[in-house]
Parts: sequence; C-alpha cells; structure tokens
Amino acid sequence: MAVIQDVHGHGHDHPTGIMRWLTTTNHKDIGTLYLCFSLFMLFVGGFLAMGIRAELFMPGIQILEPEVFNSFTTLHGLIMVFGAVMPAWVGFANWQVPLMIGAPDMAFARLNNWSFWLLPVAALLLITSFFVPGGAAAGGWTFYPPLSTQGGMGTDMMLFAVHILGMSSIMGSINIITTILNMRAPGMTLMKMPMFVWTWLITAYLLVLVMPVLAGAVTMVLTDRNFGTSFFNAAGGGDPVMFQHIFWFFGHPEVYIMILPAFGVISEIIPTFSRKPLFGYSSMVYATASIALLSCFVWAHHMFTAGMPVVGQLFFMYATMLIAVPTGVKIFNWTATMWQGSMTFEVPMLFSIGFIFLFVIGGFSGVVCAIVPIDIQVQDTYYVIAHFHYVLVSGALFALFAGAYYWLPKWTGHMYDETLGKWHFWLSMIFFNLTFFVQHFLGLAGMPRRIPDYALQFADFNMVSSIGAFGFGLTQLLFVYIVIKCARGGEKAADKTWDGATTLEWTHLPSPAPYHSFETPPVVK
Amino acid sequence: MSQGTGYYVPSPSKWPIIGSTALFFMGFGAAFTMNKMPLGYGMLITGLAILAFLIYGWFREVALESEAGKYKAQEDKSFRWSMGWFIFSEVMFFASFFGALFYMRTLSVPWLAGADQELLWPGFSGGWPTAGPGFDEKFTPMGAWGIPAINTLLLLTSGVTLTLAHWALKKNDRGALKLWLFATIALGVTFLFFQVYEYSHAYSELNLKMTSGAYGSTFFMLTGFHGFHVTVGTIMLITIFFRCLSGHFKPEHHFGFEGVAWYWHFVDVVWLGLFIFVYLL
Repeated sequence: MAVIQDVHGHGHDHPTGIMRWLTTTNHKDIGTLYLCFSLFMLFVGGFLAMGIRAELFMPGIQILEPEVFNSFTTLHGLIMVFGAVMPAWVGFANWQVPLMIGAPDMAFARLNNWSFWLLPVAALLLITSFFVPGGAAAGGWTFYPPLSTQGGMGTDMMLFAVHILGMSSIMGSINIITTILNMRAPGMTLMKMPMFVWTWLITAYLLVLVMPVLAGAVTMVLTDRNFGTSFFNAAGGGDPVMFQHIFWFFGHPEVYIMILPAFGVISEIIPTFSRKPLFGYSSMVYATASIALLSCFVWAHHMFTAGMPVVGQLFFMYATMLIAVPTGVKIFNWTATMWQGSMTFEVPMLFSIGFIFLFVIGGFSGVVCAIVPIDIQVQDTYYVIAHFHYVLVSGALFALFAGAYYWLPKWTGHMYDETLGKWHFWLSMIFFNLTFFVQHFLGLAGMPRRIPDYALQFADFNMVSSIGAFGFGLTQLLFVYIVIKCARGGEKAADKTWDGATTLEWTHLPSPAPYHSFETPPVVK
Repeated sequence: MSQGTGYYVPSPSKWPIIGSTALFFMGFGAAFTMNKMPLGYGMLITGLAILAFLIYGWFREVALESEAGKYKAQEDKSFRWSMGWFIFSEVMFFASFFGALFYMRTLSVPWLAGADQELLWPGFSGGWPTAGPGFDEKFTPMGAWGIPAINTLLLLTSGVTLTLAHWALKKNDRGALKLWLFATIALGVTFLFFQVYEYSHAYSELNLKMTSGAYGSTFFMLTGFHGFHVTVGTIMLITIFFRCLSGHFKPEHHFGFEGVAWYWHFVDVVWLGLFIFVYLL
C-alpha cells in the first residue's frame, strides 16, 4: 500500500489511484467524493421516481406490483433525502467552508474521510435490500409502525442503513462546527463570515440536535421488531403515534437541514451577480437562526390527522405559520439585494432566481398545509407531494445546481459551457413545473399519495405529470455531461471568475484551487 | 505541517476505510442474524473484530501523535469543541428514550385505561408500572433501594475519585494519579458487575423482561444503553490508565484524560436521571 508518511505532518505527496480516494484526508478530495456520490444517488433515486411516474402514467396496474411500488416510493424518499441532498450539501461544506474561512483543511481530516466512506456502506444496504426475501422496505420513507414493525429483512437493512447514515451525519456535523468555530482566519469574526458558512454552522447544530433522536427512534423500531419490546405496541402500553412524535421531532428540523445551506448558497450568488453586497446581512443571520429554533417546535403539523387535542393543533399551526416570517425576511433581502443592482444572468443566477420564484410557491403551499382544517383535507394527498417537491427539488436541488455552476470554475479551473447550462436551467424549469404543478390540482381533487392506481378522473393530469417527470429526468443527464465536459477542459477560468464575488476563495486563491490552500491564513479586515 | 499556522492535518490514513469495512460486516451481519439467514453471526463477529482492531489502532495513532507533540493550542481547542458536541449528541440520544418513557407514563398508558378504550381493553386500570393492557404475565418492578441505590453511590464516588486523579495529574503527582484512576476503574467495574447481577435477578426471579410491555421496554432500553455507555467509559478509563503507566499526559497538556473525564461525568448524570425516573418514581 502506497501510503506516504510524511514526518513533517501532512505531505504534498499523496497516494495515487484508488488509494488516493480511500485514504484521503484532503477536504477537496473528500468534497469531490461527496458530490460524485450524491450525483450518483440522485440518479438511483431518480430511477425509482421514473418507475413511480411510469406506473402512474395511466390508471390501472401496468409495470409495478403494488408491493414493489411501495418499495419504490419508500426508497425514493430515503435515497433522495439521505443519499442525494444531504451528502451533496456536506460535499459543498467540505469544499467551500475551509476556503471561505481561510482554513488549511477541516478540523478533523481523518474523521472527515470516515464520514464519507460510511455512506457507500449505507447505500449498499439500501440498494441490495431490493433483492432479499420480502423485498425492500415498503412502509414509506417515514417508516411508521406498525408498517415498519412488519415487513421482512429489507426493513431491518433499511433501519441499519439509517443508523449508519446518522453516524456519518453526526461526525460530519461535529467536524463542520469545530472547523467553523476554531479554524477561521485571523480577523474573520462570526459576523463577517460568508452566509454559506453561517447557514452551515446552524445546519450542523440542527443535525447534532436531531440525528441522535432519529437514532433512538430507529433503535426502538429495531427492538420492537426483533426483541419483543412494546414501544409502539398498544397491547404493551406503547403507542404507534409516539413514533410519529419522535420521528417528526427529527423530521421537521431535517427539512431545514436540507434547505438552510440552499439559503446560504443563494445568499452568495445573488449579491455576486447583482454586484451589490447582500442586503441585510445581520437580519439574514438572525432569520436563519430563528428558522432553526422554530423548526424544533412545529413537528406535530405532520400529524394533524393522527389525533391530538385542539390546543395542540392550534399551537403547532401557529408555530408553523410563524416560520413564514423569518423566511419572508430572507426572500425580502434577496429581492432587495437585486433591486437596482447591475444584474447579469449567468446560469448560477438563473437557478437562484428560479429558486426564489419556485421556493416561494412551495413556501406558500406550506402555509396552506399548516392550516389545520385544510390540512385535514389534503393530508396524504398529492397536494403535499407537490408542496414538498417545490421546496426540495426547486428549492434544495435548484440551489445545488446553482452552487455547482457557481463554484465549478474554482474547483476545476475551467468554465462550464454557458449555452448548455442555460438549456439545463430552462428545461429543468419547464419540466419541473409540468411534473409538480398539476399535482396541486390532483391533491385538491383528492388523489391519495403512495397508491399505484387511481380513479379515472385523475388520468389526464397524471399523464401530464409523468411526461414532465421523464423530461426532468432526461434533462439531468445534460447536467452530468456539462460537469464532465467542464472537468476535462474548456476555457480557462480566471482566478476571480465572477467580477462581483467577494469571498476568500475568489479573492485569495487561483483557479483551480490548489490541493493545499491557506497553509498561511489570510488576514481578513 | 512545518510552515504557516501549523494546524496539524494528518497524512492519508487507512483507518477510516477499515472502519467502514467493519460497519459493512456489522450492518449486513446484524440484518442477516435477526432474520435467521446463513452467515449472519460470522459477518457480525468479523465486523466486531475489525471494529476492535480499528478502535485500538486509530486511538493508538492519535495518542502517539499527541505524545509526539503534534497537537498544540489550536488542535487542543478543536478536541474540546468536538468532545462537547459529541456529548451533546449523546444527550439527545438518551433524550429520545426518556421521551418515550415520559410519553408512555403520562399519555399512552392513561389513554389506554380511559373510558373510550373500555370495549377494546376491558378492565385495564392503567397506572405505573404496567406491562400494558394486552399482556397477562405478572412481573415485579425493580426496587430503587438496594442495588440501584448502591450503584448510585458507586458512580457518584467514581466521579469524585476521577476528579482527585485529575487534580493529581495537574500537580504532577503521578503516584496519586494512578491510584485514583485505578479506584475509578474499580468502581466502574463494580457498578457493571451489579448491573449484570440485577439483570439476571430481573429475568430469573422478578419475571421482568424486555418483553414485559411498557415497563420492561423502557427499563431495559434505558438501563441497557446506560450500561453500554458505562462499559465504553470503563474501557476509556482503562486506556488512559495504561497511558498514565507509560508516562503519557503532562500537567498542562492532557486533553485525552479530560475528554474521558467529561464522558464519565456525562454517564454519571444520565444515571442520576435513570435513578430518579426509572427506579425511584
């Protein structure tokens, strides 16, 4: 094995080939691993989505048996949340946090490597569970008991996969928090940190807060399944609804874990392409912190129909609607940043504006869902599906694309293909809305989620939605082509690729960023 | 790194991928074992063996790096932040089980005994401890005075002895350091011995099992995970004891020692929660 030990600490030599990637302690290598892994998992989860939409193309059962359809929806959710969006954000954190705060690397380089290499193990458990007796977990990505206390071996594999993903997230978050709190360049006070760093600090805090709670829930499901405990069994004095409380105590902050880094990226890109500093920086920081705090007190809005006292419903309804306030502050700040700016519309900016436009739609439908009497109508319908895909696909995923186009020149040293990038944006925009906008109508008309068949009156909108989904899926292949093309060559990127950029990676480092950066920290004034 | 800030960034390392290999075998092994598939135990044991090797090797490397003087003030601060956040994550892990206990005691059990459940569970009167309305087997709950009270005393004393060991380390009194550290380990091991005895007593004489409904589930989940954490803490104490014997740690530079002490005190505090909410009330 070609591990080169350097007696002076970390050397500028590193093993080559596969061993480089298996043993690396370099934040840029690990960031690349995270990003490639999450892109791969996006296509695995996307494949499942295509299966779901193909089945729903017409009424009746065509290609997926109901049990397999249930597995597809379950694993689609788990893979997209834990395998695609979260690792992609950690990949961005790995690449960008040390560069943006002027640190030589992450605080714990070896732990960083382990955080990544746990993910393929978990992915293997999830993907191979399709091929064991009984098939993959089929109780939905939220694995509510009693469905999850039934189910075969695939459910156990899924539960262990979630455990391993949780370990990875906790280790990664502790690393990110420590890096941000302890490794900033001299002069970079907390209130001078770039917004992306701020949002990740708060995200990592949320992860350390709620991931262990998910681990507890998973453990209780495992012991209920295999060791005869009665946490979620009424005959033993337990309660299946208790699982929902514990799960959503994790689950609601989890959605902010996926969207807060997106807010950070958008807050970097909008000022750059408006050539103005971010409007209301400090209010942005406080808004992010408020969203994180409020997210811990709203979980039961996922369970209005599970039964709870009216006082509880009212509390969770108002608390949920309150989140619209700090979110509104953010939307206001972004638009105010653009106001009278000298704007240009390169691909990162297009995706950011697309993000704001569509995320607002998703945010509003969220407020609609928060209203108890309406939620009782739309619970478990396609209205909810439309809502959270507006915040996760046109929210988190669009921001991921925006960030990727924004930083690709810094990572690879080459410009991406602007024309193809614009095609990618517009096709994504059109097909996304084709897929999910009509699902609002389906949901309001009463089409339930997670069911492979539907009544005839839903047929037209479902066909429209499926066509949109196939188009959206195919469009993402274009993204892979653009990234590969950019990594392999192309026009040389300037050190400060975007003339409006102000953060350290643009002002202090060449493009591509060298393998080791900021060994001597920059001084921030 | 010999220039710049000099923050220590380790060379490429084989340990993380060994750790992932261990979890690969453990994950598949556990799923196979629980579903009575072939090779389950073999994979599980392989995974645990690799994990033991990993923990020994990785921590040994870090300890040697520390003794070689690679960790200075900034690295030390990183360790402090990260240990604090790690313990916070552990607090949240236990919080989920305490939450389950409170939920059952104050909500789900009284609901099951309510008037609207009379048709489904006739004659169930609620109250705590209970095995729930559907389980007939009788059990005796674990009393608080007796072994649990002695265990409380043992753990609280071990917190004191560990602090005495820390003071001795800071005064560079190596003899007292080893003595008090050894006493802490002895107290921890005695605690574990009593826990094992309590479990066998529960199973053989009280008919109190994991399958004894709400009370059995929460009792064994909470005390079991706490016992596991005490075991890990004791292994950590034994590790730093041997490091002390080899002359590791200096009066002004010993976060390895302090990290273990923080962890041990955390385990103490969790026990106090257990003693009050699981045994006493």
